[in-house]
Amino acid sequence: MTNKIKSITNPKISLNILSDEEVQRIHQATLQIIEKVGVRFPSLKTLALWEEFGATVDHEKMVVRVKADTIEKALKNAPPIFTLGAQDIQQDCPLDGNHVFLATDGCGVEVIDIHTGNRRVSSLQDVADIAHIADGTEEIGFHWVALSAQDKPAETRGLHEIKAVWSNSTKHVQTESIYHETEARIAVEMAVALAGGKQELRNHPVLSLMQCTASPLGQDGGSLDAALIAAEAGIPTGFMTMAANLTTGPATLSGNLVVGNAEVISALALIQLAFPGAPVFYAAAQTASDLRSGAYTGGGPEDFLYGAATNRLADFYNIPLSMGAFATGAKEPNWQAGVENSLSSFMACISMSDMLLGAGFLHGSRIWSYAQMMLDCEIFAIVHKMMQGIAVDDESLAIDTIAAVGPGGNFLSQKHTLKHMRKIFLPQFMDRRPYNVWEEKGDNARDWAIAKALNKLENHHPHPLDPKLEAELEKMISSLEMGIAHEAKH
Amino acid sequence: MSRELYTKMSQSIVAGDCEAAAALAQQAVAAGLDPLEAITQGYVAGVNQVGEAFTNGEAFLPELVMAGEAMKTAVATLEPEMKRRGTERKTLGKVVLATVEGDIHEIGKSLVGTMLSAAGFEVFDLGVNVATTKIIEKAQEVQADIIGLSALLTTTMVKQREVIETLNNAGLRQTVKVMVGGAPVTRDWVQQIGADGYSEDAIGAVSVAKQLVGA
Repeated sequence: MTNKIKSITNPKISLNILSDEEVQRIHQATLQIIEKVGVRFPSLKTLALWEEFGATVDHEKMVVRVKADTIEKALKNAPPIFTLGAQDIQQDCPLDGNHVFLATDGCGVEVIDIHTGNRRVSSLQDVADIAHIADGTEEIGFHWVALSAQDKPAETRGLHEIKAVWSNSTKHVQTESIYHETEARIAVEMAVALAGGKQELRNHPVLSLMQCTASPLGQDGGSLDAALIAAEAGIPTGFMTMAANLTTGPATLSGNLVVGNAEVISALALIQLAFPGAPVFYAAAQTASDLRSGAYTGGGPEDFLYGAATNRLADFYNIPLSMGAFATGAKEPNWQAGVENSLSSFMACISMSDMLLGAGFLHGSRIWSYAQMMLDCEIFAIVHKMMQGIAVDDESLAIDTIAAVGPGGNFLSQKHTLKHMRKIFLPQFMDRRPYNVWEEKGDNARDWAIAKALNKLENHHPHPLDPKLEAELEKMISSLEMGIAHEAKH
Repeated sequence: MSRELYTKMSQSIVAGDCEAAAALAQQAVAAGLDPLEAITQGYVAGVNQVGEAFTNGEAFLPELVMAGEAMKTAVATLEPEMKRRGTERKTLGKVVLATVEGDIHEIGKSLVGTMLSAAGFEVFDLGVNVATTKIIEKAQEVQADIIGLSALLTTTMVKQREVIETLNNAGLRQTVKVMVGGAPVTRDWVQQIGADGYSEDAIGAVSVAKQLVGA
């Protein structure tokens, strides 16, 4: 049975966060930084590529300086529209500028156990369970690998994780946890097997890879090598900046956007130079560091503004965006989580970020909470409803109905009401009960959210992976593990 | 005259002005003042003032860092004169800091380094992507009291354990305390690998380090 996906489309409301001139100034400042200051590319392979493409390469510092023209021309090759392929094609996510898809967030290290409520270290089974629940949740459009499978070897962990998600869901999988060349090669092999061939994978990529930049103005070597392997195979590849005010970026918002933008577009330009036309995406989760501790905050007005501003930049380059929203810094699903996740997701949605990350985390994307996952889905559903705006036409103006009721009556028994009432949003996790009922029951949204997740885990049955294919994928992973063991012996 | 100079020294720290801090240090040397006295009566007063303002919520992390940098510059400028006089600044202890092998994330580790040195530790920052053997060699060479290990990835976090295991196997574990840090580091992980302490942020790292050396 296909589970439909709830995505935001045909928005009726919009926001003007940066003028054309302001976007242009950010762009020009970015080009100036890339050309004069440079960006660190600590991978011999990418340095050689940059040299070939005419950049000035400082081999000792591994910093490249690239002419504005080279960057601009390269980015023009990036496809403006492509689709994240799902095993079930009904669940494909077209990144066409007219859809916002929500994913689970990643990649955390601890989980609040769904049965015991205790916090513990994450394992492969958690990755599988989250995928299972997300598969049966209409607000979740695709997966990010949510937790680190810390019971699996570091060298192949990312592969075990994507296999666990594919085995528990037909939706698209995106991972940020494959950042070495060897692991990326096997990931491509696995994706080819799942898609049914190399060309099939290119046409319908069932996997996408997200890499993190190393702010300020740097990349990670292994991530670059992995991204090139993926891009060559036609797997959508993105780079995410998390440059944060005060620490990895300047204290000012536009300055911080420049730092992040320089990291992302320099990496995407390299991919385009190496493999023109390869599907790439812009990714960002910029925020402000806390003034007192310097910690990543994952919330606050700066964070919310970035949510909308980054999509203006991605639109300017005509490249899909994966926007880090949600990801509250709260320690439990509470007031702070509600405020932060509502405002951040709203700002990212109103600017029509193509991919929205993501549901389910506490403490700045470190601790998975099934309750928070469900509550985040409700936030997305609310924003989804708001994005439809207010219809104004003869039917919705309801003049005849208003006239029929007249002064002092009520609208409850009107046919017009019956016809339209189901468009009114009905929350799952808002407490609208009478005060005494609340007092007597003593339960709350968190309890309902956990119960909902548990119900999906027990009663939703994901479409299983073909056992032959599953064995094939397992074999690919173990071949890498045996190779590593063999190498260690010698 | 020295009183006035000490006040200016303190002010240079509060303002986070490295150049002024260095110039004042040179002035003190030229005037024949005792460098140790310049540190304790001049610069340290500034560090304490910023620390107090931070505790009261009036100053913020960038001000602490800038004060730390200015302090470092002042001490470095006074170092040759201290050597000439055969005196040494008493520190809280020696800390060897590194981001573990395979990991290039720098900022958290460097921030901890600045905070520790501002608090009075002698810090040897080995940088990022540092091999286990190199970290241990350095710790032995300088007779470090503490090794501080940073990791941002769950896949590189295992190197924190490797350092502790290597210390164990070499019979060196009792000679040095090990602190770990980085976004994925949790209390459970710290217990699992048998580290001596951890903190989620740089301010907390200072109190942990002080505890570990009994200061």
